[in-house]
Amino acid sequence: MQLTLEFGGGLELLCQSVKIHKVNVDLQAGKEKLTMRDLLSWVRTNLIKERPEMFMKGESVRPGVLVLINDCDWELSGQLDTTLVEKDVIVFISTLHGG
Amino acid sequence: MESNGGDAFRILEEIETLKAAKSDIEHRIANLQVQIGGVAVEEMTDSILCPPISTNDAGFGHGLSPEMVYRYSRQLLLPSFGVKGQSNLLKSSILVVGAGGLGSPALLYLAACGVGRLGIVDHDDVELNNMHRQIIHTEAYIGQSKVKSAAAACRAINSTIDIVEHREALRTSNALEIVRKYDIVIDATDNLPSRYMISDCCVVLGKPLVSGAALGLEGQLTVYNHIGSPCYRCLFPTPPPTSACQRCSDSGVLGVVPGVIGCLQALEAIKIASAIGEPLSGRMLLFDALSARIRIVKIRGRSLHCEVCGENAAFTEQMFQDFDYEKFTQSPLTPLPLKLKLLPENVRISAKEYKERVVKGEAHVLVDVRPEHHFKIVSLPKSLNIPLSSLEGKLPEISSALKEEEKCNGPTSSPGASLYVICRRGNDSQRAVQLLHKMGFTSAQDIIGGLESWARDVDPNFPIY
Ligand SMILES: [Zn+2]
Repeated sequence: MQLTLEFGGGLELLCQSVKIHKVNVDLQAGKEKLTMRDLLSWVRTNLIKERPEMFMKGESVRPGVLVLINDCDWELSGQLDTTLVEKDVIVFISTLHGG
Repeated sequence: MESNGGDAFRILEEIETLKAAKSDIEHRIANLQVQIGGVAVEEMTDSILCPPISTNDAGFGHGLSPEMVYRYSRQLLLPSFGVKGQSNLLKSSILVVGAGGLGSPALLYLAACGVGRLGIVDHDDVELNNMHRQIIHTEAYIGQSKVKSAAAACRAINSTIDIVEHREALRTSNALEIVRKYDIVIDATDNLPSRYMISDCCVVLGKPLVSGAALGLEGQLTVYNHIGSPCYRCLFPTPPPTSACQRCSDSGVLGVVPGVIGCLQALEAIKIASAIGEPLSGRMLLFDALSARIRIVKIRGRSLHCEVCGENAAFTEQMFQDFDYEKFTQSPLTPLPLKLKLLPENVRISAKEYKERVVKGEAHVLVDVRPEHHFKIVSLPKSLNIPLSSLEGKLPEISSALKEEEKCNGPTSSPGASLYVICRRGNDSQRAVQLLHKMGFTSAQDIIGGLESWARDVDPNFPIY
């Protein structure tokens, strides 16, 4: 499944400072759909090159990270259970505090 | 010579003070001239078109004096803003917390556009390294209160509005009392505990909160606690780990980036105060300066389960006052640079001692563990830059540098070349020495306080950043 993943607010530093990743994620054997839960574990294995604890906590993202699926808070689509479809754009953004 | 230098400095300082006073007076004169000009124009047209009528505030049915009509005329001409928007704005009060990178442009625009009462909260003084982004302040105010400086700038732009100075840090003990006096709050602070505290305070008092943040080359903006939008806690019920909280003084920020966000904060506050348009509630604006992209995303609404604004939340004023925001976020309200102490005294030396050893000609290698872009700003002579993040993989480089140094100095009585580690403030150097000890470089020593203490105690001309 073709997906676009974007990292911002400093999270890009965990994946070699690349903000936009066009990726191809295969369905896990025996599964019919790809959920955010699956995607997060895929990201952790394939994209996060350092300090995974700065991106994840348990099976979800760490506190202070907003997840947006097609410009919409994942809280509105079911968080980890959100089913992804072809060409979805998923943004992971760390909240900023500077001023 | 010494006293001459001191005199010259005092004179220069006095010149700066007088110059500031002069420009202040000039601004006031210009202001008064505009007022006369405005009234004169009004009176002239009145007398030509119709018999003279009262020119007092109530004369036109909208409460705007002739002078106000002239000053704000370009806003009054906007059909969607007009007289109604302006008179709403003049009746409104807005509190800006933080007169820094975000607060600077926000305050300038809010003063200019005619907010009735504008409050400024900050406890800090103006510093030279603020000037690139905190554009409300001028060099003449370095060392003086940011609130005093910002208030003077606002008054110079618009002497007809009420500017209130709160020269103190916002804390749970004074926040309710201060925030209560305003209709709208702008969060232009730079730290996590303040963001939770201000949001909670706004929920308790029912005030809309225009929240902005900027770091590096990115900015974020949203309006909390306003017509169904979430509060900060709805969005971030659990604070992030402290290691994820980057600061401008560590990570850097391009001045114009908080400038853009601060301007947008002023805009959102003006929209709410004048009751025009659609506020950025339930949406968040994400600004990426480097790729020139602005993304506006839909965020969750108010959470029923939120501990502060939720359905069954009973977060009272008393609970707010008793809440420990520093403990909750594990970070201080007024952040000071971190000072770690990871190593025993016997593996640390002061910058002065290091200088003495260099003068004595001691054979040694100095490893600077700062990131490469820091090293490029300034570094000590002959230091070897190996950033902490790549130290583990570059140990052979250190071994060969030590061997080289020993060879150059010939066989001496000493047991070989020493190994010193330095960084910016003396935290990463300790982490590096711990790692080096573990990897067999047992003689590695840390320079206490890093380059900052070198600049303070050894070489006052050494640049600090
Ligand atoms: Zn809430």
